[in-house]
Amino acid sequence: MLIALVLLPFCMGVVMLLWGRAALCRLGLPAVAVAHTALACATACRVAQGETISALNDMLAPDALGALFLLLASLLFLAVSVYAVSYLREEERIGEHTNILDHGHFTNAPERRFTACLCFFLASMSLVTITPHMGVQWVGIEATTLSSAPLIYFHRHKNSLEATWKYLIICSVGIALALLGNILLSVAFYRSDGVTETMGMDQVGWFVRHAAQGEPTWLKAAFVFLLAGYGAKMGLAPLHNWLPDAHSQAPSLVSALLSGALLNCAMLGMLRGHQIMLAAGLGGLSGSMLMFFGLFSLATAAIFIVGQGHYKRMLAYSSVEHMGILALGIGTGGLAVFGAMLHAVCHSLIKCMLFLLSGNILARYHTYSSYDVRGMRWTMPFTGALWTAGFLAVAGSPPFGVFVSELLIFKGMLAADAVGWAIAYLVLLAVIFVGLSVAVLRMVQGNRPIDMPKTPREPLLSVLPPLVLGMVVLLLGLWIPDSLKHFLFCAAALIGG
Amino acid sequence: MLLQTCLFLLVLSNFCMLGTPRIRRMTGMTAIQGLLLTVLLCIFGHVMLAVAVLLIKGLLLPGLLWRTLKRLPAQALVCPRKVVPLDVLAGMGGLAFSFWLDGRLVMAHGLFPPMLLPLGLATLFCGLILIVGRIKAITQVIGYLVAENGIFLLGMPLMTTGTAWFELALLLDVFVAVFVMGIAINHISDSFASIDVARFRSLRD
Amino acid sequence: MSQSLVVYFVQLCLALLLAPLLPGIINRVKAIFAGRHGKPLLQTYYDLAKLLRKGEALSQTTTWVFTLAPAIALVATLCALALLPLGGSSSPLAFTGDFVLAAYLLALGRFATMLSALDTGSSFEGMGASREATFAALAEPVLFLTLMVLTSLSLNAGLDTEHALSLSALFGGQSADTWLGGKIELLLVPVVFFILLLVENCRIPVDDPNTHLELTMIHEVMVLDHSGPNLAIIVYGTALKLWFFAALIAGLMTPDLSPWPQAALRTGIVLLLSVLVGVTESVMARLRMQRVPALLGGAAAMSALALILSQMR
Repeated sequence: MLIALVLLPFCMGVVMLLWGRAALCRLGLPAVAVAHTALACATACRVAQGETISALNDMLAPDALGALFLLLASLLFLAVSVYAVSYLREEERIGEHTNILDHGHFTNAPERRFTACLCFFLASMSLVTITPHMGVQWVGIEATTLSSAPLIYFHRHKNSLEATWKYLIICSVGIALALLGNILLSVAFYRSDGVTETMGMDQVGWFVRHAAQGEPTWLKAAFVFLLAGYGAKMGLAPLHNWLPDAHSQAPSLVSALLSGALLNCAMLGMLRGHQIMLAAGLGGLSGSMLMFFGLFSLATAAIFIVGQGHYKRMLAYSSVEHMGILALGIGTGGLAVFGAMLHAVCHSLIKCMLFLLSGNILARYHTYSSYDVRGMRWTMPFTGALWTAGFLAVAGSPPFGVFVSELLIFKGMLAADAVGWAIAYLVLLAVIFVGLSVAVLRMVQGNRPIDMPKTPREPLLSVLPPLVLGMVVLLLGLWIPDSLKHFLFCAAALIGG
Repeated sequence: MLLQTCLFLLVLSNFCMLGTPRIRRMTGMTAIQGLLLTVLLCIFGHVMLAVAVLLIKGLLLPGLLWRTLKRLPAQALVCPRKVVPLDVLAGMGGLAFSFWLDGRLVMAHGLFPPMLLPLGLATLFCGLILIVGRIKAITQVIGYLVAENGIFLLGMPLMTTGTAWFELALLLDVFVAVFVMGIAINHISDSFASIDVARFRSLRD
Repeated sequence: MSQSLVVYFVQLCLALLLAPLLPGIINRVKAIFAGRHGKPLLQTYYDLAKLLRKGEALSQTTTWVFTLAPAIALVATLCALALLPLGGSSSPLAFTGDFVLAAYLLALGRFATMLSALDTGSSFEGMGASREATFAALAEPVLFLTLMVLTSLSLNAGLDTEHALSLSALFGGQSADTWLGGKIELLLVPVVFFILLLVENCRIPVDDPNTHLELTMIHEVMVLDHSGPNLAIIVYGTALKLWFFAALIAGLMTPDLSPWPQAALRTGIVLLLSVLVGVTESVMARLRMQRVPALLGGAAAMSALALILSQMR
């Protein structure tokens, strides 16, 4: 089952690359997604019930944390694959593409390459989430970078090329630093008497069990490099520069996957380091570093969100913000870690929804500027309503899940006596709320644009996935099922919750 | 003795890269570094892996870079000379810093042979300097390779026969990375008529 | 007289006698590379003999500075050579810090030559003098940086400050023992000295001794107005300076053997180096003047690298 999680999308990708009929690609994508989601759900259920499942000599053996992120990635991919059917049909229908920024003409990358890369992307994310071996995880995360770079360059024009290059270089170099972190971790546990030979494939488990033997200096150095490396990929400030560029230039469904699934995977790499630090009794140091960079990301995002005229960049900075909140929550420890897990779930779902909606808006209005989008509630009522709801959710308004998780993190911070941090957190959240609301309300309200041609009905497949995602987040705000709560507690317990 | 000689030659090749504005010469140097890593691996007794490293780092990666270079116009192959002395100075600083760091870290005894840790770190720093200091897209790829070589060197004493498959996966990853970057560079050269990353100014806040 | 003194004086005489051979060897190597037969090896000796027999033509604008300068330059070079240890025995004149004196004796010789060039009032010669001054100023820090590498080495070897800081200790053969013992980065030091040799003696990547255009000359243009015995002194002085630098490199390359083999080895290396200079001149083009600082900067970087690496082991 675990092997299938990786191999199924990978093989499908190869098939698409080789015999890439458009019909096969468009049908294959949701098919893979459904199968993968079923497998991921089964895996997550078994992990939540406390079973240990493993394959390939323990090389694939998810714990609760990994299974949670696996499930998230899988669900988002399902939503995106349904959306992709109508998106790709629409892209094919438009004969001539025009770059919005400089009005140059461009072509798209071949469709089968796009869908194949999506499949490879899913395969590598699955690998990252279900392996307990830090090296394999590293390989997987690098593979996510490489398979998603062509996705960002789907629209072949200068701006997306620029974004792709920044993404490739910053993330590759960052991940190289994380590899150094892995090496330093091994150095910290090195014994000349050959104890390390007993490690086997379950590296994380072994490190946690033997954490007391680690040399603290090397452990600290290792965590710093893991934080810098995976932090760059996760979009923690100050290494977040690639994120707004890549998210704004990629096709919207790719942005949705990048923001909702990929950032979590990168965070998982860092959390493994945090897990080992906690076991070694150095959790105070790693936690405070996480809190610092979390708050710093929050502040950076707040600065750039206020007055941001580019609505996809705005969403990207909102991702930076939420990654900051996650780091803050995990760094705080205790109740806040549970809040952070819930937050990861809610953020992934809601951000995916918003990016898919932004794709609808872009297709209708042909502009990135939130100043030029007017009267969405007249021109595209479903998308407009969902966009408002999504904004309320992502900014942390009451009926939605994000509100609950942000409140839990706040409570956790008060419980951990970090009052100063908590106040700063609230203030920044308020600033971001205002910054987001100005842009979103401006887009939804206002008169119907005069020169806009008569509205065609919005295609069902392009509003259904966001609608479902939004409903789930709303549900999570009102009632969290006990099984999910238990699952989240299991995940949080691994990293100090 | 042989180990020390190889390490020294590695550092020397780093500084040759930092000290030349010509991209062809830098590409040649990456091949030499691959060769040196092969010899080092043989010293550590991983002959099978050494063959793989020779193939990938010594032949395939420089070959990919050459292929990319061949499609670029000639004026794209020289970096501005002004940055060269600064780069060399920064490299010296990196070298001194890694020695300082080496003196401060408590060694797990018998793991690292002398000089390997500081020189590996220095190689990593040289790679980072190449990425940051030169404005060409291709030098960023070369810098990435050099940094990766440094990290590979640091990982060498930790390799056991059981981890060879992981090192192979790593090499494969790096290979694909350089392959994808090479394609990207050709696209950049086509649509920007230059590979200066300083021209990447359209996306910013 | 002790054996070491005998060895020393034999070698000193050898240096004084064989120095004019070096330009001959260089020219012969270049001729072979170019496919020519070339001048005889002893051509410099013939030139010297011819010049010494000739009279001297003096420009009316020149003063005593012009006539005195070649002699000062030659004497300064001779004094510097006398401070150098020669195979297997240190110089009888060695004292603590003599390398500073040697460096500045060479500088004094250069200064005298530049003054005489300026004394003629010719614009070409003034230009040559200014270039010479520029490159010499750039080469000097490199020279001292490299000497620093060597002094740190001999201090590490356990010599006290009294003995460590003299040319005889620095070039007495222990540096070769060190790199043969595994500190391979010290091989960079002879490379740096070779670059210094090319710069200080106005050889090809810096200055072309055979150029026929005054605008591009450096050293040759400064001595255009000299003739007769004074020119002979200048030619001989240049050859001696070449020998001095070659002997420095030879001192770094030879291990600490017993006196006579070491003396033979050093002389052999000096002659080999002149072949190497010939090869360099044949395969390289002259650098543009703006590039010369880059060359010297590279040399400085190499010696800094050698310093850091050798100190940290």
